[in-house]
Amino acid sequence: MKLSASLALLALALFVVSLLVGPAELGLGNSITGLFAGGGEAAAIIMREIRLPRALLGLAIGISLGLSGAVLQGFLRNPLAEPGVIGVSSMAALGAVVVFYSGLAGSSLYALPAGALIGALIAVLILLAIAARQGSTLTLILAGVALSSLAAALTSLVLNLSPNPFAAYEIIFWLLGSLKDRSMEHVALALPLMACGWLLIALSTRAIDALSLGEEAASSLGIHMGRARFLIVAGVALSVGAATAVAGTIGFIGLVVPHLIRPLTSRLPSSLLLPAGLGGAALLLAADIAARIVLPAGELNVGVLTALIGAPFFLWLVVRARREML
Amino acid sequence: MNLHIDSLSVKLGKRQVLDAISFDIEPGQVIGLLGPNGAGKSTLMRALNGHIAAEGAMQLGEHDLAAIGPAQRAHLIAYLPQQRTIGWRLSVRDLVALGRLPWRGFGQRPNARDETAIARAMAMADIAPLARRVATELSGGEQARVLMARAIAQETPLLIADEPASGLDAAHQIMLMQSLKRLAAEGRTVLVSLHDLTLAARWCDEVILLNEGKLAALGKPEAVLSQENLARIYGVTAHRAHDENGLIIAPVGLTDTSSSG
Repeated sequence: MKLSASLALLALALFVVSLLVGPAELGLGNSITGLFAGGGEAAAIIMREIRLPRALLGLAIGISLGLSGAVLQGFLRNPLAEPGVIGVSSMAALGAVVVFYSGLAGSSLYALPAGALIGALIAVLILLAIAARQGSTLTLILAGVALSSLAAALTSLVLNLSPNPFAAYEIIFWLLGSLKDRSMEHVALALPLMACGWLLIALSTRAIDALSLGEEAASSLGIHMGRARFLIVAGVALSVGAATAVAGTIGFIGLVVPHLIRPLTSRLPSSLLLPAGLGGAALLLAADIAARIVLPAGELNVGVLTALIGAPFFLWLVVRARREML
Repeated sequence: MNLHIDSLSVKLGKRQVLDAISFDIEPGQVIGLLGPNGAGKSTLMRALNGHIAAEGAMQLGEHDLAAIGPAQRAHLIAYLPQQRTIGWRLSVRDLVALGRLPWRGFGQRPNARDETAIARAMAMADIAPLARRVATELSGGEQARVLMARAIAQETPLLIADEPASGLDAAHQIMLMQSLKRLAAEGRTVLVSLHDLTLAARWCDEVILLNEGKLAALGKPEAVLSQENLARIYGVTAHRAHDENGLIIAPVGLTDTSSSG
């Protein structure tokens, strides 16, 4: 509980910092009055329509990614499971890109998230069918690599076929993952879906604890495996699908955060969920702040930043865990 | 609770792994499940625990085991799989406490009764001194005892353990059988598969001998583990001796070559 409280404080602090950082130098007083009282016209618009949605999405998407990583790792008894690594994010992105390309994105605000959700759902279902039964690390990672490659290939195909370079550019830029220029509509769209996903994941705590002892032992401890699988599949697909739908692919948060936090918990998978969610929020907010500061003019995409930090970390994890894994 | 099994059959693919097994077990006994590799011991245990589809009747007390869900089954049967899986670097105590999961509501903390059950199970498996150790860093035999304690902590009327003695040193094999005896004395039924014939002969109230998916013999160890049955089913010649505490069986040769013995 102490751990969760400190991480919540950290996330909250970073949330506030996120509200205060941006190209328009508003100053502390202006920012606060802009946010709450209205204040000057410009300050109010910047705070309420630019920075607040961005910070809210950073918070919610960070929670989604951290939680999803933690619950997938517990479910598959595998410290390398993560929505990005095992291809869920890239399938979600593919779903969204298909919607982009087909022109459906313009027809309804919900088309893009629906595409991303379906992509995420298909990915999780395929992975569960292939890897969850055997619980083998290698099978899971290989299946994830295959799925990611397939999603990337299909995404390239869509780009290849895209009618004009401008559309292709738009898709690519979206794929890089960013929280920039998102509106409160994006928040209203993604937050309820993500919250549903969190709830489903929270309901699986007993299952992931029991699964520490393997599937048969878990079932003998009263876990309904079909139900547990549904909760986790739907929970991860909802939260990662919704996150990807509004922010593109932001990888490695779900891998890095549970790994850093696990040693501070009892190591029961359930004890990791809340801290991993809060830690995910803190990390994504921090990365998003850094993305604004490192390249103030052009602004780095936060998805690029997390990948730059996360991929080497993943490699290091693989090398370190190699003996245990194989 | 009485365990009543009637014409239990399991088919895996085209292979008939269990063929019309029937038996009745009175509560308060340690029942040894014996037979060569591939005889169907693990399959029988997994079928009882609902892990594989089976035909026939399985009744524990008034409960039809085929009809109940996992949550209710977990209140009736504790099951120790043969494969010893420990997924994370859990502490020994946290691992044993998982045995109380079926008795706790969602989000509930362990209560006094859980704590008692956990402490008792750890004492029975002789792992109390290891409580704070990391389970994955223990030796194979120690891990086996920790996982056994998890099953004991579940405090169910029926305990099913698949080869709990394998990998244990001599003293802990005897301690294990003593613990199972104590559980049986509380009125529980213990079904345990074993490969050590002397262990089975001395500690089990009755033994079930399986061979190629069929029930070959059932009864007191003295009668079931006869020279003839051992030769016919295990294909071994064995020394049988008695001391004041019961039967000793030492396999000494193969019947095919029938050289030593």
